[in-house]
Amino acid sequence: MSNTLDLTFKVRRFDPDSGAPTHWDDFPVKIPDHYTILDTLIDIREYHDSTLALRCSCRSAICGSCNMTVNGMARLACKTKVIDVVTRSNKNIVTIEPAGNMPVIKDLIVDQAMFWERIRAVDPTITHEGMPKPEREYLAPNSAMLDLTGAMNCILCGACVSACTVLEIEEPKAFLGPAALAKAYRFVGDPRDSAHKERLEKLSKKSGIWDCTHCFMCVEVCPKGVAPMERILQLRDKAMAAGFQDNNGSRHSNSFAKSVKHSGRLNETQLLVESLGYFNIPDQIKFGPTGLRALKANKMPPILHKKIPSAKKVEHYFEKLDGLGKH
Amino acid sequence: MKVAWWTGCVAKGGAPELYMSMKAVGAKIGLELEELVDAACTGAGVLSERNPELADTLCARTFAMAEKMGLPLMNICSTCQGVMSAANYRIQNDPEYRAKINGNLASEGLSYNGNVDPKHFMWMLVEDFGLDKLAPMVQKPLEGLTFAPFYGCYILRPTWQLGTDHNPHREHYLEDIIEILKGNSIDYRGKTKCCGFPILTMNRKNSLKMVATHTGEALGEGADAMVTPCPLCHLNLESGQPDAKKMRDNNDTRELPILHLSQLVGMAMGISPADLGMNRHFISTKGIQAKVRA
Repeated sequence: MSNTLDLTFKVRRFDPDSGAPTHWDDFPVKIPDHYTILDTLIDIREYHDSTLALRCSCRSAICGSCNMTVNGMARLACKTKVIDVVTRSNKNIVTIEPAGNMPVIKDLIVDQAMFWERIRAVDPTITHEGMPKPEREYLAPNSAMLDLTGAMNCILCGACVSACTVLEIEEPKAFLGPAALAKAYRFVGDPRDSAHKERLEKLSKKSGIWDCTHCFMCVEVCPKGVAPMERILQLRDKAMAAGFQDNNGSRHSNSFAKSVKHSGRLNETQLLVESLGYFNIPDQIKFGPTGLRALKANKMPPILHKKIPSAKKVEHYFEKLDGLGKH
Repeated sequence: MKVAWWTGCVAKGGAPELYMSMKAVGAKIGLELEELVDAACTGAGVLSERNPELADTLCARTFAMAEKMGLPLMNICSTCQGVMSAANYRIQNDPEYRAKINGNLASEGLSYNGNVDPKHFMWMLVEDFGLDKLAPMVQKPLEGLTFAPFYGCYILRPTWQLGTDHNPHREHYLEDIIEILKGNSIDYRGKTKCCGFPILTMNRKNSLKMVATHTGEALGEGADAMVTPCPLCHLNLESGQPDAKKMRDNNDTRELPILHLSQLVGMAMGISPADLGMNRHFISTKGIQAKVRA
């Protein structure tokens, strides 16, 4: 026995042919409580407004077509139950918008070109170039493939890209983004691929792995548990272990570890200077006014950085456990 | 109520007013703070990206200390909270991993049994201290003041590691606290987004654009100040604004003060601005102080 949900679906509409600007349409709906967002939208299209445009196909969370924004979060409409959404929000209005970070074509349909451009940019095919040719197929140990299952679960729905907080504000959008970087990890972590170094070198450049802001949004919204940000962090570790450290991200990571290792706490002033690079005068100058304002507001971290009493013990953990390439 | 208090690094460095205001609020509301002076930095997500086992060991070391003291563990930094919650999630759900971590801790004679539930001051105030207990302590209601709650990332995501599945209301505790203190809060898209701090030195332009967007939105909605449970968000949103305000789409060049949660609570409790470090801000808080005094 199912109960009925009495709600309003507030849908963002846009039709380029109408000449009208983007607007919201409210659809009052009475639906069974087992309905998904997609079930409801299809009902709306069938019984309320046949012009509502949306993409969907499998209804089983595998084709990746129905990524959209539900109450401000990127969701696969077919995998999201309405009751879960309203229980969470405690409101009887559900807002439906097209996927973020991509241009809208009509209503809930977006132009995914930027998504595919990024996937293509990481060369998403395996290469054996320069590897000795095996007698039969190229083999990979189970452990390596197990590590890759997360990244390989990606169904290319674009939820992570539409939720990415960097792509949201960047103009023009240059960041490779979560989906493409998780895809890149799928090859960097595959022992049958021979281009690990070349890939890591390319990914360490501007708009690559170090431009991720660590906001967990892609981890939160991915319907398949790919956890793209975690893959980006693994790539950072692998890139640093492979020696690609001439960038602010690596300098920041090394300075952070050094500071905690020697004092048990973070030395913020040293971290800023070392992340930029001691001899990177132009960038150091950009932070000058911030330093002066900190002094004026009496917020400058102490010049003499104090160690915690047991700093030696913390150092011992670093000596025992620290090191790159352990992911 | 007594807690084992982990201050985090920033309250002892770039945001001393956070440390001051938490101490003042603790004394005022009867929250006894036993400071964990010997605990180490959680690694703020940076250490765990280069070495998860090392970062988890340092967190477990802090958990073991709190466990030994028999006190609940309290944070005042969302980033510490997020890193600790994630470490605890891994350690509590995998006995083999816990044994490995305890093997690391053995050199110091420490061991973590998995019984600590680290909580940010924001969570503890609502879930353990109780807003009904806080309400009668309000001496200076924040009437006529409008606040933009800014949660940031680490205290919200991933929801299954931050306990939101069991406590869905954690997503609006800031609004709940503001309401109890008689202030108004606004709703805006930026409140659960990233402040830009983690990419400050990697991509300063994007970092500042985040500051510009969120503070601009909040000003547009009529906020007098922003309030955050995260000192890293505080630092970036505050120190970035002089440059970021020029990047706003609507040419609004006003500056929005960024308060710590403990300062907000302290103001309503009638604690003096000096004791809350209200003068230790890049952006003046005098306008807010005047409204509270009135």
